[in-house]
Amino acid sequence: MSGSRWLNLQRGFYRFRRSWLSMVGLVIVAALVLVALLGPALVPHPEHVAGGINTTARFLPPSARAWFGTNELGQDVFSLTIAGSRVSLLAGISVVVLAAAFGTLVGAIAGYYGGWLDEALMRFTDLMLTLPSLILAMAVAAAMGPGLGNTVFAIALSWWPGFARLVRGEVLAKKADTFVIAARALGAGTPRILGRHILPNIASPIIIKMSLDMGFAILTVASLGFVGIGVKPPTPEWGSLLSLARGYLPDYWWTAIFPGAAIFLAVFGFNLLGDGLRDVLDPRARR
Amino acid sequence: MALLEIDNLHLAMRSFDGEAQVLNGITLSVDKGEVWGLVGETGCGKSVTGLSVARLLASPPARYFGGAIRFDGQDLMQADEATMRRLRGRRIGMIFQDPTTNLNPVFRIGEQMIDVALHAGATDPAILGLAPGASSRARRRAARSLAIRMLDRVGIPKASERVDDYPHQFSGGMRQRVLIAMALIGKPDLLIADEPTTALDVSVQAQILQLLYDLVGEERLAVLLITHNLGVVAQICSHVAVMYAGNIVETGDVRAVFKRPAHPYTTALLAAVPTVHSVRGALQDLPGAVPDLIHPPSGCRFAPRCRLATPACTQALPAPVRLGPQHSVFCHAVTEVA
Amino acid sequence: MIVPVLLGLSLLVFAISHLLPGDPVALAAGPQATKTEIAALAHELGTDQPLAVQYWSYLTGLLSGDWGQSVLTRRPVLADLRIYLPATLELVVAAMALAIAIGIPAGLLSAVFVDRWPDYLSRILSLGAISMPRFFLGLLLQLAFAMQLGWLPLNGRYPIIEDPPPFVTGFLSLDAILAGDAGAVWLALAHLALPAIAMSLSPLATITRMMRSATIEVLQQDYVLTERALGLSRRLIIFKYVAKNAMSSSLTVIGLYVGWLLGGSVLVETVFDWPGIGLYATKAIVTQDFMPVMGVTLAIGVVFVLVNLVIDLLYGVLNPKVRLG
Repeated sequence: MSGSRWLNLQRGFYRFRRSWLSMVGLVIVAALVLVALLGPALVPHPEHVAGGINTTARFLPPSARAWFGTNELGQDVFSLTIAGSRVSLLAGISVVVLAAAFGTLVGAIAGYYGGWLDEALMRFTDLMLTLPSLILAMAVAAAMGPGLGNTVFAIALSWWPGFARLVRGEVLAKKADTFVIAARALGAGTPRILGRHILPNIASPIIIKMSLDMGFAILTVASLGFVGIGVKPPTPEWGSLLSLARGYLPDYWWTAIFPGAAIFLAVFGFNLLGDGLRDVLDPRARR
Repeated sequence: MALLEIDNLHLAMRSFDGEAQVLNGITLSVDKGEVWGLVGETGCGKSVTGLSVARLLASPPARYFGGAIRFDGQDLMQADEATMRRLRGRRIGMIFQDPTTNLNPVFRIGEQMIDVALHAGATDPAILGLAPGASSRARRRAARSLAIRMLDRVGIPKASERVDDYPHQFSGGMRQRVLIAMALIGKPDLLIADEPTTALDVSVQAQILQLLYDLVGEERLAVLLITHNLGVVAQICSHVAVMYAGNIVETGDVRAVFKRPAHPYTTALLAAVPTVHSVRGALQDLPGAVPDLIHPPSGCRFAPRCRLATPACTQALPAPVRLGPQHSVFCHAVTEVA
Repeated sequence: MIVPVLLGLSLLVFAISHLLPGDPVALAAGPQATKTEIAALAHELGTDQPLAVQYWSYLTGLLSGDWGQSVLTRRPVLADLRIYLPATLELVVAAMALAIAIGIPAGLLSAVFVDRWPDYLSRILSLGAISMPRFFLGLLLQLAFAMQLGWLPLNGRYPIIEDPPPFVTGFLSLDAILAGDAGAVWLALAHLALPAIAMSLSPLATITRMMRSATIEVLQQDYVLTERALGLSRRLIIFKYVAKNAMSSSLTVIGLYVGWLLGGSVLVETVFDWPGIGLYATKAIVTQDFMPVMGVTLAIGVVFVLVNLVIDLLYGVLNPKVRLG
């Protein structure tokens, strides 16, 4: 990395450390990732996560034995919530990565080749943006059938246009830079120019957008789960857990509060982190 | 007692790298009918002096320590914000350098002028020509006709129509006229003009300077004209104060100072101005650079660059030496004229 | 501008609905239907014709007011929309009104007190508000204000036991005002309160953030110094002058949010049993009933385009340099 870039990054990290909000975000996300990775080991009742029920222990309020209480099937809400972190995190990351990959491809081609290809691709992208994204994701997920993979695909389908526009703009800007013109003059082919010269230089805004989008991707996965389209039981997804718990309010509030709070905490953590990362990687963006 | 008396003012400003000693004991006085030019190169502290009179600098990072600014006898350094607000617009008017950025682009110029007039009229209804108990509607109407009269006064044609126009509908010179009208609508006694013609074309400059000159005569204004342009000073100033690195090095009647400059810096400034008689290709310049205000030199701040410097110069700031009834210089190397 | 966008939208919607897996005709015919019966139904519905022809008849149908039939409700989609769209619009308008009324002053003040505690508080609250899932928030609001405190109704647009005011606009609160029925206005607003609050939090937070950064920039402008130098009060400068300068940045966000809230309305409508297009579209999606879904998507598209037209006009109001001529 060039000297000034490293210096900028260093200054950025210094700012990041000083902003305690970003640190809080980092802690939350780190905890989340840890919990998700260690999930099966941390869960007190893995049998419930797999779908087992215990009708003798239905609707037990939170206690020392069941920290978050039990639900209508006697399952340990704590276990389900912990297991849900795995689902949400995995789904969120997959959505963002998939959307970023496809969007970058479309945007890079449009931006680099220009002309009618750019026009056509961008018109299509803009049209996709006018479609209500939740409804599109729901329709695709419902048509494809239940399952985490289908849900991720459906949401990514509504997500990629944002990346396409971002990447197109960045590629257009970089295309005019002298180092690209130089590379072309030296006879480099398009894939080489794109891959080795342009893309590494625009990685920064793409990564920023990916980190800022993580929180909302998790939120969208939970939204689909809440509406009942997407994963099906016994997969413990926070949104669908919340949806099931709705009917048992207010008496058995713990079945709803904990999964709901988990969604909030995950999204909040990623948003804090994303904000902080943006400060690090893009010093021009004032708070 | 002059209308404005700046007395040994000291100001330091915090920045990332430390505290810059921006004003190092500024003493200046401006009276009614006088146009004082405050000259110096960029960074010498002249703009900051102007802003200090109106107390517009935020208090961190600015830190005043020592000295006073007396306006009509009242020490502004002791005044609270409410007092200052009453003075601004009503007794002290200000105009700045760039007419393009100093007018709010999304409001009609009349609107902005009316608000200033209303503010001045709140303290002194006589400005609007109304009795103290007038209704707000009457006050607005009076303010509007006052605005139109002021626009006319500064030379805006078809003032009654133009008062409802937006800033982007005026040329640069016209916008500066609007700003002058806005600064004078409250009938202030003191006008502080910070580089009012620097952003304008030369021909427009002349018009604006003429306008200011006429207004000073008609209203008996006291004017503090901050500029780096000696030509402007020569055209309309009655007095001049030369500043260098936070200190005033020479003051006095403009003709006296320009004819017989005593301070080596003043001499260098005047010599650097190309004239018809200058030899082509031989621009005079001064060796060295402006001192670092965070670690300023002790004693006379010009000493490091001065060909007349002696060891005494770095010991203490020079005391004023009177060279005439309206001419003083701050330099160890100059001896008193009999 | 509107026409090509809507044309493209209709094409896109049509294309997607045909690209999705699943056979709606087979579903409509029922699980017992034979191949011949399905084919007959397909012929009757016109789905065995080439796609271009189908699209053409779809398009001409749209323009002549035939937006298809809903298999679920057995009513024309347009008739369904006439009932459900105003319900969602009323909710979205109420939510945005709240968001703007609170968000703009909050952002202004946050910038004025930049880096002091009101600013920090507002920034944390904003991030928290954006991160809060609105369906969870809706549940919490119900738990607190309806179930525990009993201050506000639990769900629905109007009490079931009462007769709602006569249908004029479809906006219950407006219809109640038009009917001169104060009690009805109160009931309609009481039912609107919780779902509108749940929906408003996210746009409120974003508007606050946008206003804040725009105001910080405006406060550094030369004309603000001139306004101060001529003695104008802080209150006047901030709430009259700076506010107008900073507001255009929020306009774009407001337009975008109307679109997002309309598209995502199902989340709040589910929690509060609010009979709007969100619930309507979702039920249609789940039963593979495509005409309502396409109708809702197009309706949202139309509203979005209209809202953006209004926003473009408002840009001109706020910034005279942008105005035509």
